[in-house]
Amino acid sequence: MRIRQDHSRFRQIVRGKVRQNLRQYISSGELIGKQGKDRVSIPVPQIDIPRFRFNSQDGGGVGQGEGEPGDSLGPGDQEPGEGEAGEGEGEKALEVDVTLDELAQILGEELQLPRIEPRGEKAVVTERDKYTGIRPVGPNSLRNFKRTYKAALKRSIAMGQYNAKNPVILPIKDDMRYRSWSTVKSPQSNAVVIYMMDVSGSMGDEQKEIVRIESFWINTWLKSQYEGIETRYIVHDATAREVDEHTFFHTRESGGTMISSAYRLAAQILDADYPSADWNIYPFHFSDGDNWSVDDTRACVQLLKDVLIPSSNQFSYGQVESPYGSGQFIKDLKDNFKVGDDECALVCSEIKNKDAIVGSIKEFLGTGR
Amino acid sequence: MIQYLKVRPLPDVLEGWRQKIERIASGLGLDFFDTRFEMVSYDKMSEIASYGGFPTRYPHWRFGMEYERLSKSHTYGLSKIYELVINNDPCYAYLLEGNEFVDQKLVMAHVYGHADFFKHNFWFSRTNRRMLDTMANHATRIRRYQDLYGVTVVEEFIDVCLSLENLIDLHSPYRPKNTEKDDRPKGDLPDELIGDVDSLPRLQAKEYMDEYVNPENFMEQQRKKQKDETDKQTKFPVSAQRDVMLFLMQEAPLTRWQRNVLGIVRDEAYYFAPQGMTKILNEGWASYWHTHMMTRTGIMEGSEVIDYADRHSRCTVMHKGRLNPYKLGIELFRHIEERWNLGRFGKDYEECSDMAERANWNRQTGLGREKIFEVRKHHNDITFLDEYLTPEFCAEHKLFTFGHNARANEWQIASREFKEVKTKLLTQLTNMGQPVIEVDDANFNNRSELLLTHRHDGVDLDVSYGQATLQNLYRLWKRPVHIATSKGDRPTLLSFDGKDHSEAEFDQSA
Repeated sequence: MRIRQDHSRFRQIVRGKVRQNLRQYISSGELIGKQGKDRVSIPVPQIDIPRFRFNSQDGGGVGQGEGEPGDSLGPGDQEPGEGEAGEGEGEKALEVDVTLDELAQILGEELQLPRIEPRGEKAVVTERDKYTGIRPVGPNSLRNFKRTYKAALKRSIAMGQYNAKNPVILPIKDDMRYRSWSTVKSPQSNAVVIYMMDVSGSMGDEQKEIVRIESFWINTWLKSQYEGIETRYIVHDATAREVDEHTFFHTRESGGTMISSAYRLAAQILDADYPSADWNIYPFHFSDGDNWSVDDTRACVQLLKDVLIPSSNQFSYGQVESPYGSGQFIKDLKDNFKVGDDECALVCSEIKNKDAIVGSIKEFLGTGR
Repeated sequence: MIQYLKVRPLPDVLEGWRQKIERIASGLGLDFFDTRFEMVSYDKMSEIASYGGFPTRYPHWRFGMEYERLSKSHTYGLSKIYELVINNDPCYAYLLEGNEFVDQKLVMAHVYGHADFFKHNFWFSRTNRRMLDTMANHATRIRRYQDLYGVTVVEEFIDVCLSLENLIDLHSPYRPKNTEKDDRPKGDLPDELIGDVDSLPRLQAKEYMDEYVNPENFMEQQRKKQKDETDKQTKFPVSAQRDVMLFLMQEAPLTRWQRNVLGIVRDEAYYFAPQGMTKILNEGWASYWHTHMMTRTGIMEGSEVIDYADRHSRCTVMHKGRLNPYKLGIELFRHIEERWNLGRFGKDYEECSDMAERANWNRQTGLGREKIFEVRKHHNDITFLDEYLTPEFCAEHKLFTFGHNARANEWQIASREFKEVKTKLLTQLTNMGQPVIEVDDANFNNRSELLLTHRHDGVDLDVSYGQATLQNLYRLWKRPVHIATSKGDRPTLLSFDGKDHSEAEFDQSA
């Protein structure tokens, strides 16, 4: 097809291989768009040719529908109703609404993430009934009308009772057919994700935003891989506590940082609720890499070695760059573990800014563990 | 034979329906160019739709971008292109493979509505009816330029042209052509005569009355007028020019191929313009006829009613805060038909202030059908709404205006007043929602810099887009470029001198 040529040209521009000067007009937006109920909008890359045009928020327009003057039509960044498909030429900013499942699939394709193989055979087994066939006895509620009729038809033809001019078919008891079922056993795998975040003074809003986006994508991916998934959230400064999701992303504490407090709490949670024989366990820890003391770091390493790493599928540490953090912790981890080695279930990733999120997701989830 | 002309024949069943629908359409008074249908796969449909309906366009990444958007939305099940028809003689229309019969019939009925509109609407009367060939020629030309000068060079230049694509004069095709001569200012005077009293036009009078008929202050006025005229002559262009693209083609320092590419982009912009100017009318007309044909002429079978109703309501659904041109158009046509059937027009009706009488007004004029044919012949969206949008319609269809509330950072319903709705609608449609921009002075500051003027009518320009566009304009003009606009009430001049952007207050009258 002729369009392939234009299409690959467009892809090349978007990837920045040719025509660097156009890149400035690419609206990639944030990786994560609006989040509705179970649906998100992801912006598809779009290159906007600059034109003289009106400042959109000055304009407004005309709409149709119920409502009183003063009623809201939606939040302010995008004009309501944009994106109507039409003929001819027109420029539209594009957002694709997809379900979380599809999103995970897209994510998997884009980043070429391997599917995760749940650990061991120890996974919980569930039983489910499934209709698999037909049998001559059963309850009337499961009667299969079509098959019954066919059997009756066959029999009446064979018996020479069938009259094409007056095709009356009367099923007798032997003709009756019923659906039958069998019970299937299928393994069910459960996973728990424990998010830990440093909320000490040095973690700013931008750093938290990065953690928020990254954890959204991690959740999306893991949800697509496991049937049941639970999430727990831990925040810490010098002490750690478990919080709900909202608090996790919105608290701001101050003061020092003792990472070991969070690791200890995580170990307690795992010990109490999630025996590693039955659960796939994914602890994620995000911080700016500042820890209180060398002693505490040593305690962390010990906890990781003894408890957290052995019981987890993978322990992930993401270090967000912040103007105040020293960024020492990741180096300490790398000194103590063979990070990057296939045997080592510890993955470290440095996230410099929002653009680095994609790469870091790939580092975390690319291992297929 | 060129490849695209080989239209694969429709399957027999569909061809049968096509003939039937064509007969019915003609019987109803629709009159169209020969219309050829082709059945295509969804992939091909996305391709053709990306090319704006044409099988062949010049190579450009934005078609690829459109393709990605369309094919992705198709893959994720977000949207489906049902119908595509191009204004050409013969008309070409596409049916999507795998659609149900009822869909295909609906699309055919709809397409005949469009085809009739293309042929008879005044605003399409100046469009090129051989555009299919022209587009293919454009493609060949641009491919050749790419071979000669390099893909990227030509592509970059196309981008620059596209960036100015909306700076055309939508009404110029409908004006009688200006001849060269008319452009020249009349009464050219040799320089030495300027200011000479005798050359001044004076009222005819006997010599002894001259002093009174042409008094000194009158002559002073005349002198000033003449001086202004001569000043104008030193200004170029003499009067502001709306077709900025044409002006650049004629005056910008371009090479031959660049001028041709600019011309190609301009031609195509003019070709597509009427579709933008008659969106509501055109879709309304086609929808009116597909409904009529599907429900009243026996095209549809009983078993198809539900599917048809589903498709139809999906196409005319109104979303909150969005104006659906299909819906607005079809309802307005029905409204007009009803009014003219009942005689709700003219002096008597307009001047009747008895609400009850108005509501029950029926003069059994029965002119509805005739009237809507007349409307589709003469109007574009602006004149259509200006003439036929009534307060009753506005209330019945719950139209409202909305605006942006900066404090709450959200869009809110602003008003349901008829006047405001109408004004807003018309403003929005004016110049197809594009700012009105003219070439004002090609010798600005007497340094052959280019000055464009934005006729500000209450809505500001987007500054960052404006600056990026100025950069592109500079690449054509090769001298500093400016655009005079306003920020709120403050007249502002945006400039780009090849290196830096600047912004200054600007007094238009100076």
